[in-house]
Amino acid sequence: MTMISIEAVVRPERIHHVTEALESVGCQGFYYSNVTGEGRQRGVEVFVGRGGAMASRHSVPKTIVRTVVVDDMQEAVITAIIEAARTGDKGEIGDGKIFVTPVTEVVRVRTGERGETAV
Amino acid sequence: MDSGNTAWLLTASALVLLMTPGLAFFYGGLVRSRNVISTIMLSFMSMAVVSVVWILWGYSVAFGDGNAWVGDLSFLGLRGIEPGDDMLFAVFQMMFAIITPALITGAIVERFKFTTYLVFLVIWITVVYAPIAHWVWAPNGWLFEMGALDFAGGTVVHINAAVAAVAAAILVGKRRNPGLEPGNLPYVVIGAALLWFGWFGFNAGSGLAADGVAVNAFLVTNAAAATAALTWGVLSQIQNKKMSAAGVATGAVGGLVAITPAAGAVGVMGALAIGLGAGVFCYAAVLIRPKIAVDDSLDVFAVHGVGGIWGALATGIFTVSAFAGVPGLIEGDVEQLGIQAVGIVATLAYSFIATFIILKVLDLIPGLGLRVSDRDEDVGLDVAAHGERAYVSDGAD
Repeated sequence: MTMISIEAVVRPERIHHVTEALESVGCQGFYYSNVTGEGRQRGVEVFVGRGGAMASRHSVPKTIVRTVVVDDMQEAVITAIIEAARTGDKGEIGDGKIFVTPVTEVVRVRTGERGETAV
Repeated sequence: MDSGNTAWLLTASALVLLMTPGLAFFYGGLVRSRNVISTIMLSFMSMAVVSVVWILWGYSVAFGDGNAWVGDLSFLGLRGIEPGDDMLFAVFQMMFAIITPALITGAIVERFKFTTYLVFLVIWITVVYAPIAHWVWAPNGWLFEMGALDFAGGTVVHINAAVAAVAAAILVGKRRNPGLEPGNLPYVVIGAALLWFGWFGFNAGSGLAADGVAVNAFLVTNAAAATAALTWGVLSQIQNKKMSAAGVATGAVGGLVAITPAAGAVGVMGALAIGLGAGVFCYAAVLIRPKIAVDDSLDVFAVHGVGGIWGALATGIFTVSAFAGVPGLIEGDVEQLGIQAVGIVATLAYSFIATFIILKVLDLIPGLGLRVSDRDEDVGLDVAAHGERAYVSDGAD
């Protein structure tokens, strides 16, 4: 078995659903942070003229959550994130994206353990 | 000295002083987060610089006997001003002198050179503010003798600062990269709230007594601020389906500006009308401003100029004999409206030309100049000019 990193860009207002879903499928840990960026959602409308005028701000707030798991958990984690992050039944543009990448090493700082046992 | 009047005027002076840090936050919240400290400092330093200038010669140039146009140097260093009603007046007036140039800074934020601004403060108070204050408020000032009504400074403070702001914005030029949204809206709202609070001293203190005029001024001040804030909010809701907090805060300030010249001359129903007009006119002006080539960044003219001109004219419309002793248009007399217009035009012309010349000269003096370098502007003036940051968030901060 190998280790993988699953990184999901989600709507900030969905992050707590996503973290609950990750816990429920058995992820031992994850971290997330707020970011700003641009995807196909292409901006949000914000006031620029003190209530008179609005304009489109291209970059939008998103939250990135990352977890590292063994690869047999890949589909369960992906399914959990999709269900938790999707807006409504069909989803909407801007719901986010998931990236899966290999991880070559994991080290637990406390004990120095390496590999799967450290995940 | 009447102890009641003295107590109220000292309190009112402190209230007016509080408006300047209020303005600092109002403006500070509207700029990008990299320029918050710089913007706050422009207002705050007016308290430091103008207080000293006022004591040394500013008060004398404004309120010395002099002639119809300007005071004299008889009160240099407040010489001969005894601790009594005269000193109380000098203190109260000092607070007005402090906030006026601070109002200008909304037009030059995010790119004006700080050190040049300090020099500008000294010159502008002396050459622009003090003479106009003399015209309007000194007993031998030409506008005072003509009968212009400017109870608390709609012309001297707001129209004056607003047109100076336009001159300054023209000369310093546009910002390279203005932010899209205000950097900190809660600052904007707390700033507007402090302005509203301090304005009770500004207007209800301007009768220089704790009497019925002060009570009426207090009431009409609140009425106009509330009406203008409400008007702005409703217009925002109708146009964009959302009520903007920055809009409601700005509306309140517009209403306060407009009631300023009228606070001693109108009743509360007139104040509602003035607030409604301020909401509509200032809202429209803020909408139009981005289409104009001049980068009056924080809408100083749209709020203080348009609100101030509306207020000065509205004073001529809604003044009632029972308060100011002269009838306005509402009682069928058009003469006061004409006098008000003369005051507006004279202030617009003198302040614009004089401010333009002052800044043009400062721009040409080696070592001064109006504008920071492109790099400093891009980095942000908080770090470039002050070596400080408003929000520090370096990991485990």
